[in-house]
Amino acid sequence: MAIKQLSIFVENKPGRLAEITNALSQKNIDIRALSIADTTDFGILRLIVDNPAQAESILKEDGFTVSQTDVIAIGLVDRPGQLAKALSVLQNAGVGVEYMYAFVSREDGTAAVIFRVENSALAEANLAKEGFEILSKEDVCKL
Amino acid sequence: MIYNPDMETMNRADMEKLQLERLKRIVRYCYDNVKLYHDRFDSIGLDPDKFKTLSDIQYIPPTTKEDLKNNYPFGMFAVPKKEIVRIHASSGTTGKPTVVGYTRNDLNMWSEIMARLCVAAGATEEDVAQIAFGYGLFTGALGLHYGLERLGAMVVPTSSGNTEKNLMLMKDFGVTLLIATPTYALYMGELAKELGYKKEDFKLRIGMFGSEGCTVEMRSKIEEVLGLFATDNYGMSELIGPGVSGECIYREGLHIAEDHFLIEILDSNTLEEKPEGEAGEVVVTTLTKECIPLLRYRTRDISRMNKQPCKCGRTSARMDKIMGRSDDMLIVKGVNVFPSQIESVLLPIEQIGNNYMIYVTKEGYSDALEVKVELIDASLLTKYSELENLTRHIRGKLRATLGIDAKVNLVEPKSIEQFTGKAKRVVDLRNK
Repeated sequence: MAIKQLSIFVENKPGRLAEITNALSQKNIDIRALSIADTTDFGILRLIVDNPAQAESILKEDGFTVSQTDVIAIGLVDRPGQLAKALSVLQNAGVGVEYMYAFVSREDGTAAVIFRVENSALAEANLAKEGFEILSKEDVCKL
Repeated sequence: MIYNPDMETMNRADMEKLQLERLKRIVRYCYDNVKLYHDRFDSIGLDPDKFKTLSDIQYIPPTTKEDLKNNYPFGMFAVPKKEIVRIHASSGTTGKPTVVGYTRNDLNMWSEIMARLCVAAGATEEDVAQIAFGYGLFTGALGLHYGLERLGAMVVPTSSGNTEKNLMLMKDFGVTLLIATPTYALYMGELAKELGYKKEDFKLRIGMFGSEGCTVEMRSKIEEVLGLFATDNYGMSELIGPGVSGECIYREGLHIAEDHFLIEILDSNTLEEKPEGEAGEVVVTTLTKECIPLLRYRTRDISRMNKQPCKCGRTSARMDKIMGRSDDMLIVKGVNVFPSQIESVLLPIEQIGNNYMIYVTKEGYSDALEVKVELIDASLLTKYSELENLTRHIRGKLRATLGIDAKVNLVEPKSIEQFTGKAKRVVDLRNK
């Protein structure tokens, strides 16, 4: 049950992130999680939003290079050792993690971790087998 | 089709005889009417009546752009003002422009050689020709305009800019022949696609592109987006404007209007003539111009000459597509780099856009070359390493072509300026 993440190419120049987030907020797109990897010249902004298809077309219209990427999300109890355990499951299953990022929900004390892996289906099957909660798009939006 | 078979298919011996007659006359004419030539001939004791063969031209000191600048605006004119019916000027980006004038006969000759060139490219009186060059002092638009009218085509003088309207008219008027800079033609094609036009919406047949160099890679891109047959032509305002030479449908070199222009290919440093087929600087003598005749004008453009008759039936000597302008040539880390080489590497790469910029900077005591390209392939965003692979790939290709390393910078789509006239893609930040 992979979920869609937006990947946006962003040049390192002042105001670009503000422009992206403004464009999305004007159309009431809610950002649930984000991560940015950058070098000296450019970065890739990764966003989990409530309506990825609409967000993609908004940004495309504004001239951004943007695509949707499949990622998986799992819910963790916010306690030491949980992430380590999830990562060992992936390691034992032979699934490599390309990148990941996490966010914590204050209300119910859970954490959500977004993984980009080489094989989403295999990763999900193994994590589910070990009792990890696989989050759907709706789950992520509710957090 | 050949517009003027007498001139365009004349055998070499007759052509050279005609050129010699005209050379003798123009040399005397320059000596009598242009102070610069009079003084220059006298200062080296050159007798304007002693020209016996075409190769005697080597005794004439070359004319340079500096000469025109020093005589701004009308100092090189050979006729009184009342005989001048038109003024044009170069697009000179810095300082004063280079000013050129035309007598009625000059305009007549210009229209004639432009009409020849349009026919060589495949145009007929049936064509609907849209001129998307900027009208004004720039010679491109009016040169093609008069030539196409002479031919009898239906001329649509839209000028460049307001591209959406240009496209609308292109469709509504059933335009078959497009005149533009290569950069602008490509932009028109891309915008057409974006606006939802299909190639079938247009009746385009032929493109006549000029005023800036056009690599074969660029030409293929334009043909692909606009669905036409693209030809290249050459000229410069100092000489007349476009019309000096242009491609026929075989595109194996640009046919020179030899009855009006005598072209030499010289070594830029020694000014010695290069053997036929070797690349060198294009040096042009105008054989018939009245207002501003030029003897051995150094164009700074690099090309090769081929005097073999062409498959199209024309016997006129042909020059290669301009390989570069020696003024455009960058010397980076001691290596000669032509922007056209960079363009030929970048355009075939599908993951990036057609616009690019070249920066030369100084890092410490060493030169650095940087190329900016627009990332358009969103599928590469899945993995960071895909972007790194792309820049590495471009870098490798540049190194293979140029022989030096260049930094490749990916930027967002449409963040590089879109040029509607001559593109200015090189920024040299050294000495600043």
